[in-house]
Amino acid sequence: MISFVLKRFLQLIPVFIGATLLVYFLVFATPGDPIAALSGGKPMSPAVEDALRAQYNLDKPFWVQYGLYLKNLFTFDLGMSFSGQEVKDLLARAFPVTARLAVIAMAIEAVFGIIFGVIAGMRKGKIFDSTVLVLSLLVIAVPTFVLGFVLQVVVGVQLGWAKPTVSGQATWGELILPGLVLGLVSFAYVLRLTRTSVIENKTADYVRTATAKGLSRPRVITVHILRNSLIPVVTYLGADLGALMGGAIVTEGIFNVPGIGNLLFKAIRFGETPTVVAIVGVLVIIFVVANLVVDMLYALLDPRIRYA
Amino acid sequence: MRNSHASKALALSAALALTLTACGGGNEAGGNGGGGDTNKVITANTTEPQHGLLPANTNEVGGGRVMDMIFTGLVSYDAKGKVVNELAESIETEDSQNYTIKIKADQKFSDGSPITSSSFVDAWNFGAAAKNAQLNSYFFESIKGFDEVQAKDAKTDVMEGLKVVDETTFTVELSQPESDFPQRLGYTAFYPLPEAAFEDPDAFGQNPVGNGPYKLTEWNHDVNLMLEPNENYDGPREAQNGGINFKVYQSTEAAYQDLVSDNLDVLDQVPPMNLAQYQDDLGDRSVNSPYAGNATITIPSYLDHFKQDEEGNLRRQAISMSIDRQQIIDKIYYGGKVIAKDFTAPVLEGYNDALPGAEVLTYNPEEAKKRWAEAEKISKFGDSELTIGYNVDGAGNKEYVEAVVNQVKNNLGINVAPKPYTSFKELRNEVTKYKMTGAFRTGWQADYPSLYNFLGPLFGTDAGSNDGKYSSEEFDKALSEGLAAKTPQEGAEVFNKAQEILMKDLPAIPLWYQAVQGGWSNNVENVTFGWNGVPLYQEITGK
Repeated sequence: MISFVLKRFLQLIPVFIGATLLVYFLVFATPGDPIAALSGGKPMSPAVEDALRAQYNLDKPFWVQYGLYLKNLFTFDLGMSFSGQEVKDLLARAFPVTARLAVIAMAIEAVFGIIFGVIAGMRKGKIFDSTVLVLSLLVIAVPTFVLGFVLQVVVGVQLGWAKPTVSGQATWGELILPGLVLGLVSFAYVLRLTRTSVIENKTADYVRTATAKGLSRPRVITVHILRNSLIPVVTYLGADLGALMGGAIVTEGIFNVPGIGNLLFKAIRFGETPTVVAIVGVLVIIFVVANLVVDMLYALLDPRIRYA
Repeated sequence: MRNSHASKALALSAALALTLTACGGGNEAGGNGGGGDTNKVITANTTEPQHGLLPANTNEVGGGRVMDMIFTGLVSYDAKGKVVNELAESIETEDSQNYTIKIKADQKFSDGSPITSSSFVDAWNFGAAAKNAQLNSYFFESIKGFDEVQAKDAKTDVMEGLKVVDETTFTVELSQPESDFPQRLGYTAFYPLPEAAFEDPDAFGQNPVGNGPYKLTEWNHDVNLMLEPNENYDGPREAQNGGINFKVYQSTEAAYQDLVSDNLDVLDQVPPMNLAQYQDDLGDRSVNSPYAGNATITIPSYLDHFKQDEEGNLRRQAISMSIDRQQIIDKIYYGGKVIAKDFTAPVLEGYNDALPGAEVLTYNPEEAKKRWAEAEKISKFGDSELTIGYNVDGAGNKEYVEAVVNQVKNNLGINVAPKPYTSFKELRNEVTKYKMTGAFRTGWQADYPSLYNFLGPLFGTDAGSNDGKYSSEEFDKALSEGLAAKTPQEGAEVFNKAQEILMKDLPAIPLWYQAVQGGWSNNVENVTFGWNGVPLYQEITGK
């Protein structure tokens, strides 16, 4: 088990370097000149332009730029943003906020998705099942930004239960509404995955055996059906964690959450390579670690799976 | 109010704007004209400043509106764009080239350090020197010695045109006469800096010490900037409230929802999707008034068939006359803009809405067809394609450019197509390298209230923002004549004469003047929007 984990962590190194190289190149190759954007359409003297280019290494060829970036990375210097702040500080401010948002979304989709999924699966074809299926289809079909705006206007403006936007502190309580919007689509997927999996497993031989042994229904459902049905769900949730953190941009925009999505969007728009690469780098690490955790959960859920 | 017609609401808010402006006038005389709670901390929308807060490095609205509150220059502008003395005791000149500037005695920065003539001279030298890479450095280009401090491997970082005479007096020598120089001095780039700023400018930019009506007490990046009244400030813009909390918004949509639920006090930009109903939502708490900015379309003179000759001029005129501007304003902006009648903006001193030759800006499809046909006789454009470029990352660009394209296409019967660019930086990259293969959207927001600011930097030969590579000896001559005029008023007359030349050549096709669509909450009053579309934050009071 330990060597398995170690091996996976070693794999992280080439993945990380490959991903940063790729992203660095992509930002480098996007059309447009970051310095021209800085001037905002106003005139800029050539001397100032040259000085700025040199300051951000933009006057050097791609490999030199990337090499310098990697070199600095080893001393934990992530570079400077155009606004004159350390990229490190930017990340330290924005990541915890997005992480809180993602945790809330994750909790909502996992808890409610699995509970509703199990109930629907056990009562296949009944009224609860059909209702939930139709509702989840609706949630999947409506784009996140529509859902976000509607909830913001109804809950935030008309009912006044919550403020329409999140304050600078972005506390857990304030993030419940945006977290709900962010988690709703995945909630529908989790629900449907669980439901299908439960339906498949409830006719399995071991379930019939368990029931025949005289085990109580709750025990059959939680220990025998649910545990075996969770494998596809956990796989989905693992991949979704990364997607939630990187893909919260729409939700963050609607509720004005000062998180990663907005930071990334701004950095890409202005061609601020160090910030983009740093954010994507951290997201890559989160993806890899989340998938590692998922793999280990497999072994926990299904004793037949072993890692040597 | 909810059921009233939009036009009624418009008239109401216009009337209200007038009364409020009158209130603003009262405030200058001292005292709080409209009454109200002067201890309330008001909240206002902003975007995260793109750079550290240094006067010569702030060139966008997010940082600009904060800078204008925490700093003040020799002069400032009132709601109408009129120049008012702030720190200047007097600005004197006999030839519009040599200025003697006296500043008020015993003035202090918010940290107590004195404001002397060196505070200005040092700050301007710092802003101008190329090695400091300040984005606004071109503002100092008319001062003698600018070229030396901008040179590669510059030997000096001090402009010879600036001389300290004594504690409260300094002289400025320009490299040519420029009558509107005093008008420029209220712009951000010309603010003074305390000595402490030069030790570590980057650190100072994160934690600036200024001399404006407010001081910055807290800056939580991407969240908010807290401003408190500055007791050391003694000028015409004294704070009438307990402070300003500038909240950073990623989108104006979010800010608008905060405004209608009274969680935000002032918003200076209603998002496009709420334009249709904001006056119903806010009633008499909304405003729609033109400010010193415009939208134009530039057809560069380096394009074949659009050169700066008779053929090109005829074609540009034809295209201009085939655009039904009012229809676009009504359909896309719900009437929230005003048709352009010149190259400047209506809030400026000297603005004239009836310049000779301005008929080329009026919708006239018959005449347009005729002029295009005349151009076709000179050289055939035929079925070639003309594109109009725009950046998709600016809200509303796509809609109006496509509308213009369709109108030109239908009215002239020629092959026109929109050409989207993914980002502003991509579009500007091609524009500034003069590599455009078609027309493109442009626009200008005044830095300081003067006709010249809309003409010199955009259409002077080789000027910094001359995107169409326009060059006219006649126009350049008129510009320098206007600058050499004895007073700004005389200058304005000459600049309007210069505009007549532009009407013929159309280096850019004016579409409409920008207007600010804003609003305020139930918790505040005395809200006025200034000549540049920014609220006069210092005059806002609680209810």
